[in-house]
Amino acid sequence: MAVEQIKNTLSRNFITFKTAAWLGWQMDSNWADPFLFIIYTIVKPISATFILVMMYVVVSGGSTAGSLFGFMYVGNAFYMYIFQILFGVTWVIHDDREHFQTIRYIYIAPSSFYAYVLGRSMSKLILTTVSVAITLAFGILFLGVPIGLGTVNIPMFLAVFFIGLASIVVFGLALAGISFLTAEHGMGMNEGLAGIFYLFAGVLYPIGTLPAWGAAFSKIIPLTYWLEGIRRSLIPTSTDPTLAAYSSGFLVYLMIISTIIFLILSIGIFRGAEHLARKQGKVDMLTSY
Amino acid sequence: MSEMSAQSRGMRDVLLRNFRAMKGRAYPRIIGMNREPSWLFFDTLMPILSIAAFVYIYKAMNAPPQYIGYVIIGGAMTAYWMNVLWAMAAQLYWEKEIGNLQLYAIAPVSTMSVMAGMAVGGAFSTTIRAVSTILVGIMIFNVKFSMASPLLLTGIFVFTMIALYGMGMMFASLYMLWGREAWHISEVLTEPVYLLSGFYFPVKYLGTGVATIAALIPLTLGLDGMRQLLFPYAGDGFIPATHELLILTVLSAIFLVLAHYFLNYMETLAKKEGRLTLRWQ
Repeated sequence: MAVEQIKNTLSRNFITFKTAAWLGWQMDSNWADPFLFIIYTIVKPISATFILVMMYVVVSGGSTAGSLFGFMYVGNAFYMYIFQILFGVTWVIHDDREHFQTIRYIYIAPSSFYAYVLGRSMSKLILTTVSVAITLAFGILFLGVPIGLGTVNIPMFLAVFFIGLASIVVFGLALAGISFLTAEHGMGMNEGLAGIFYLFAGVLYPIGTLPAWGAAFSKIIPLTYWLEGIRRSLIPTSTDPTLAAYSSGFLVYLMIISTIIFLILSIGIFRGAEHLARKQGKVDMLTSY
Repeated sequence: MSEMSAQSRGMRDVLLRNFRAMKGRAYPRIIGMNREPSWLFFDTLMPILSIAAFVYIYKAMNAPPQYIGYVIIGGAMTAYWMNVLWAMAAQLYWEKEIGNLQLYAIAPVSTMSVMAGMAVGGAFSTTIRAVSTILVGIMIFNVKFSMASPLLLTGIFVFTMIALYGMGMMFASLYMLWGREAWHISEVLTEPVYLLSGFYFPVKYLGTGVATIAALIPLTLGLDGMRQLLFPYAGDGFIPATHELLILTVLSAIFLVLAHYFLNYMETLAKKEGRLTLRWQ
């Protein structure tokens, strides 16, 4: 009986997830014809990457050969996941509440709100994956980013990649919970957290470049280890000197532990904020932000 | 005689009404900051984080010190581009969503006055963000600016703003027709413009051809001119700053005239197609 119930719940949650993912995809993609949409998907990440490429070549005198280039390029490509998923998960609450004013209907529907939020953010994950793939392919083909098929540690990449994604989604869920309580700070909160990660998580430069307190702070951010693990699996020679003493296995272990801790925290934050929002009548508030 | 005086009184009334509309639209943008002081925190501290990241890249590369100054100036100017994109161009999309656009359309004032109000209010609040970015840059990263030509520097800044907000008004006319695509178009105009305008590196390194095309975006020449004047020893300028001021003056006039024409045209089209009140597209 209990097994049957669990099966039914899982099946219902999967249907919610699937439908929300389809809805999210439609919202993200059907505003333009497919050709324009493809251009949009390509232009944005390539431009963002080219800003860094230009900064590098202007100082290096045209060369992209240094080890920092690969470090920066791969870090920047995978940072797209951090920004887009944090934004994607959090923005669902704001968008449905303020812009489409549909949150009250979804909230009272007999389905898991978690499954809905996760489903809605899936389109961002898919689009970001396309952007990251395009960026990496461009780097390998035209800029000499030293990622070789023969040298990539695929098992490590897959393990690190998926644990890291889980970690980002967990962060996003905590922020989504806080979004229930605030409309005007939703965007600032997203940008703020993404900005903190951009500065401190060793996205573009080794964390030793930061002042000592900054480097120490970097070490408590799980995504620092995610980016380090990703880089080690793609470019074995690209290691942050400050983290060089940590073995790859230890990095994965750290990531698993921190993701579990943040998962528990994020569920607590989401539920707490949701409870407060219901109590204060904020679930379907309209503020015109 | 009395007909002429009635005409001039009528003209004066129109001007006064439009001036009031401008003041009225600028008011919430300026006063809104007092009512929600937390904006100051988000508008000043958050941008510093990504700007600092760019500073540290240059530090990691051992770039010459003026590059840190370039990033600080570029980072400060991003505030204006974001303001033009999201709070000028995309503003009419938001206004449509919350039901204000039809009120602007039926008000006996020019849409240009409403847009000018948005520009003045937006530029005021954005200047606070930009100035704080520069101050933080000076304090944390010890950036030193030269103030050898303050008049030329002010001229370049002012005409960059006029041309930029004129361009924002022009874009706004398109956003009047758009639905959700407004959001995405604004997104797609962010990074490419940062790249083309050389927000974080001197634009001349994009090559003469690309930099010349990029000069159509007022921030390109504005940034280049300001950097040349603030770091005169660096020699990273695209064209002489005085020429840039002249081009920016011409661009200001062109964008304002085009904005007037486009806004009228698009408003008529939006009315014809019934899009002024169309929400949730």
